[in-house]
Amino acid sequence: MSETVISAKNLSLTFQTNDGPVHALKDVNLEINKGDFISFIGPSGCGKTTFLRVMADLETPTSGTIEVNGMSASEARMKRAYGYVFQAAGLYPWRTIGGNIRLPLEIMGFDKADQAERVARVLELVELSGFENKFPWQLSGGMQQRASIARALAFDADILLMDEPFGALDEIVRDHLNEQLLKLWARTEKTIGFVTHSIPEAVFLSTKIVVMSPRPGRISDVIESTLPRDRTLDIRETQEFADIAHRVREGLRAGHAYD
Amino acid sequence: MTEFWHRAGPVLTMILLLVALWYAAAVALNAAWAKDKAARANTSLSFSELVADTMNQEKPLLPAPHQVVKEIYKTTVLKKITSKRSLIWHGWITLSATLLGFAFGTALGILLAIGIVYSRAMDMSVMPWVITSQTIPILAVAPMIIVVLNAVGVSGLLPKAIISMYLSFFPIVVGMVKGLRAPDQMQLDQMRTWNAGGATTFWKLRLPRSMPYLFASLKIGIAASLVGAIVGELPTGAVAGLGARLLAGSYYGQTIQIWSALICAAVLAAGLVALIGLIERITLRKMGMLQ
Repeated sequence: MSETVISAKNLSLTFQTNDGPVHALKDVNLEINKGDFISFIGPSGCGKTTFLRVMADLETPTSGTIEVNGMSASEARMKRAYGYVFQAAGLYPWRTIGGNIRLPLEIMGFDKADQAERVARVLELVELSGFENKFPWQLSGGMQQRASIARALAFDADILLMDEPFGALDEIVRDHLNEQLLKLWARTEKTIGFVTHSIPEAVFLSTKIVVMSPRPGRISDVIESTLPRDRTLDIRETQEFADIAHRVREGLRAGHAYD
Repeated sequence: MTEFWHRAGPVLTMILLLVALWYAAAVALNAAWAKDKAARANTSLSFSELVADTMNQEKPLLPAPHQVVKEIYKTTVLKKITSKRSLIWHGWITLSATLLGFAFGTALGILLAIGIVYSRAMDMSVMPWVITSQTIPILAVAPMIIVVLNAVGVSGLLPKAIISMYLSFFPIVVGMVKGLRAPDQMQLDQMRTWNAGGATTFWKLRLPRSMPYLFASLKIGIAASLVGAIVGELPTGAVAGLGARLLAGSYYGQTIQIWSALICAAVLAAGLVALIGLIERITLRKMGMLQ
């Protein structure tokens, strides 16, 4: 029995807007185990990003509970339990790549020698060694996003939350980064929450796929992947892969995602 | 060398054009006086005599460029810097008030901007007053500041610096409010995920992010500071400074003196703006924000 890292019970979140209340999340229940790679997939407005933001304590649920590492989400955030990767790399243009990765370390008060050691280690993890002293504009979009992943890894949080991190990149770069991400996950044994709107990406990466549907935002299916943890891009050609992708599509259809 | 001409060419052409225009205007404007003199002396002027006269009048309506250049040369190079007739001496008086006022204005502007960005109450209450302050003509406010401060025993440099500050803090406030608010929601969320406090967010994100805005404001601010210092010199009774030269010149109809003080002020302003521009380039290059 593996340890539960994130658990959501009857989670609801309603935004009050000028056009009336919007039910971003309604009665969401989910448990994420240590070491899982969980993808959240669904059409826009299904609450997948909102759910991730609730885990990160960037949004406060209207009702229900969320626990991260056995604490409330806000305690977990203050204990820096997770690293968060946003849709855009969001690197500071006035800091070098190394300086950007050092930023959370400076904020958290790591000592200088430790900072340098960690920056070197995570740069090596995302295969950006040698780019420490470059400025962000000198790197391609994919490299910038890798640097932002390195930044989220630098302070050794057990959980990595990623909100469509490769959404703005072209498919070739994306494939490459997906493969790298799996390697990184295998090496670091982190628990990863990954928001995407790409079915192949979700199936390729995940041990568990959470299919969500909109109005109100809810979970319509949770699919345990039968694919081995150690996988390469070739696995996408197998029948097993196609079957899982088919079930994701069915889940999306059942949630009226195609309406 | 081609690079140099490529850049300087348009500027030089423009200057030549302006000088030509200036000469033409001088002839046109000063001709009436020249003809008047000739009529009273019962002589008539040929065209070349007329042109020659318009360029060398003692109190022309519009002095010709060479007259202004001669006057500037006389009052800068030929006079001792300590002389009250030296434009450099007057320029320094104005410059010192400008720089002090600019320093005050920058500090006040940045502090107000921080207050406005971090406090909703200040955003609602201070900003309208900041804008109102700029709708009051500085010429009306300046004498009051001088008189009031003089009554409490403060005179000399400080009152002028305060008037100069009054003009220069405004662009700094507006630019810095915009700059400190420039970080987007994602960057602020990111800070939150690292559990960074308000002070950390200010020093690591908001302040560096605002630098390009600050420099744009500083350039406007320093020019406004100079105007403020000159205006501040007018009600003091034309004792010293470029403003005093302008006022004294207009009392005695010394148009050449007015124009040379004007040109001096313009050159000073251009120099100050260029200096800020240079500091901007060095700073932003060091920060990696200039590619």
